[in-house]
Amino acid sequence: MDTGENDIILELDGLKVGFGDRMVIDGLDLAVRRGEVLGVIGPSGSGKSVTLRAIIGLLPKRGGTVRIDGADMDDLPRNARRAIERRWGVLFQQGALFSSLSVLENVEFPMREHLDLPPALRREIARLKIALVGLGPESHDLRPSELSGGMIKRAALARALALDPEILFLDEPTAGLDPIGAARFDELVRTLADTLGLTVYMVTHDLDSLVAVCDRIAALKGGKLLQVGPLADMLASDDPWLRDYFHGPRARHLEFERNGK
Amino acid sequence: MTQATAMAAIAEPQVTTHAEAGVLVVALAGAWTARTARRAEAALDAALRDTISANRVRFTGEEMAALDTVGSWLIIRRGRSLEAQGAEVAHQDFSPPHAALLDQIAATPMETAPPRAKIPLLLRPFDALGRAVAGTGSGLVEAQAVQGRILAAFGAILAFRGKMRVSAFVNQFEAIVYRAVPIVVLLSLVVGAIVTQQSILQLRNFGAAIFVVDLAAILMLREIGLLLAAIMVAGRSGSAITAELGSMRMREEIDALRVMGVDPYQALILPRVLALVLGLPLLAFLGAIAGLAGAAIVSQVYGGIGYEVFLDRLQGALSVQSLLVGLVKAPVMAFIIGLIATNEGFKVSGSSESLGRHTTASVVKSIFAVIVADGLFAVFFTLIGV
Repeated sequence: MDTGENDIILELDGLKVGFGDRMVIDGLDLAVRRGEVLGVIGPSGSGKSVTLRAIIGLLPKRGGTVRIDGADMDDLPRNARRAIERRWGVLFQQGALFSSLSVLENVEFPMREHLDLPPALRREIARLKIALVGLGPESHDLRPSELSGGMIKRAALARALALDPEILFLDEPTAGLDPIGAARFDELVRTLADTLGLTVYMVTHDLDSLVAVCDRIAALKGGKLLQVGPLADMLASDDPWLRDYFHGPRARHLEFERNGK
Repeated sequence: MTQATAMAAIAEPQVTTHAEAGVLVVALAGAWTARTARRAEAALDAALRDTISANRVRFTGEEMAALDTVGSWLIIRRGRSLEAQGAEVAHQDFSPPHAALLDQIAATPMETAPPRAKIPLLLRPFDALGRAVAGTGSGLVEAQAVQGRILAAFGAILAFRGKMRVSAFVNQFEAIVYRAVPIVVLLSLVVGAIVTQQSILQLRNFGAAIFVVDLAAILMLREIGLLLAAIMVAGRSGSAITAELGSMRMREEIDALRVMGVDPYQALILPRVLALVLGLPLLAFLGAIAGLAGAAIVSQVYGGIGYEVFLDRLQGALSVQSLLVGLVKAPVMAFIIGLIATNEGFKVSGSSESLGRHTTASVVKSIFAVIVADGLFAVFFTLIGV
């Protein structure tokens, strides 16, 4: 095995998350390697978003540990936790842009909070990030309510990238985008991951994203990790759900791609 | 739609029955669609009511002009009830699309959800009462938790462990206080005038109309200026805070703040609460002055008490104590309004109905709490002899 495997940036060890008397995630073990794009799939209600929210601290966990770069998140003092929070960026499913701020102000916001930049420089960096995600200058002063779905996702991505994070968490980034928009978004994620050396944790249903962008895919089922590995492993799996997922009627173009490649 | 299909769609549904070699043949004709369903059902019932129950029944549809899911369901349902009586039912001579539709509807499983346990009618008021009481209890606990977070955020700012967001505070101060001045002044002026007018009419009976000045001074400064300002602020800003927080919650903006390492209490709530606490005493004072102005006008017009006399008497009637009583109550009421508005804002769940409900609750609860607090303060001040 090559050395890249041992460079784990995010590790989940026996993670347990539940609501009331229902355990949604019951003993999840997952290791995310530095620099990889990991796609997380699972049936509806399998806890993909719940896992994501538990990792970034929005949901309390009932058991297990979350380790970033080897450091257990529970054991860290407040300042160290804040330092780690600065190193990740999150793209929520609906974008979650601040509705009272313009796009430019949205992207500037994390920089205002965590960095001590002169205002002019901060604005330039924000414009840079917005351009990086493929939005033009006409979008800078628009409010989120004035943006289209694709633009909202891109603006939210620009905000997630504002502090040059090491890990990018994406929650169903291509949901609701037309095929062209989704393809462009996939391409953007791949390019940024390669050029900026990002690790990407992407919860998705989009088969095309999984094929085009992901280095490895992790499948969750029954609150635990079903299987993790590159696309070839997923395609070769015997598990009935994975067979349905990757060989079902919506995956027919995958077959073509495999055979046509 | 061509004229033929248009006419077919409304052709009268008809049912004719005849017996043929031991089989009851039920011939269906006309349009069996949603638009004719009522008549179709009646026709089917009428035709099959008088027939002797047969062992074998055949539905035919040669003359059927139009059929949709509703018409199919009528036929299938009747067929199933006949089968339940022991007959053997068949469909014949339907056009291929009609036959396919009948098969589709017949194959669709029709399960009803298990009935939810309903509380007996007589117990329902008690159930509602119990839930309301339990809800109040947990509501109080939640309110305490929110209060704690607000105070913790304030403490963090004082201890320089958090950023003091001055521009957010100024923004909120403008919205909550500055923009409320015209309406608070107007309202207090009018209420002051009304109260004074009625007081003069009564005090005249004792020849003591001049005492209306004392009454106005004490009332405006101690009670009315503050109460009107508090009610107006609860209505304007309490609802605004709840609606803003609620819709931010719905759009995951609060989550986005948290993952960016920003405490929503410091960034969003504290500027609003501080604006309320610092601003309501100012509004109360302005309201009191406006109330006195209203009293002066009415005294002149109705009571014949000139402005000089009014002012002269006012100087004697006013005391710093009256002013301070009003001003001490104001920050407490402002905090109550802020606390309730924040609490209700965080309770908003995903629907717009929920947003409306909690915004309403926020205004109603804060006005109620403010008036109750006023009553408690009145008792307290009486006890300490102020």
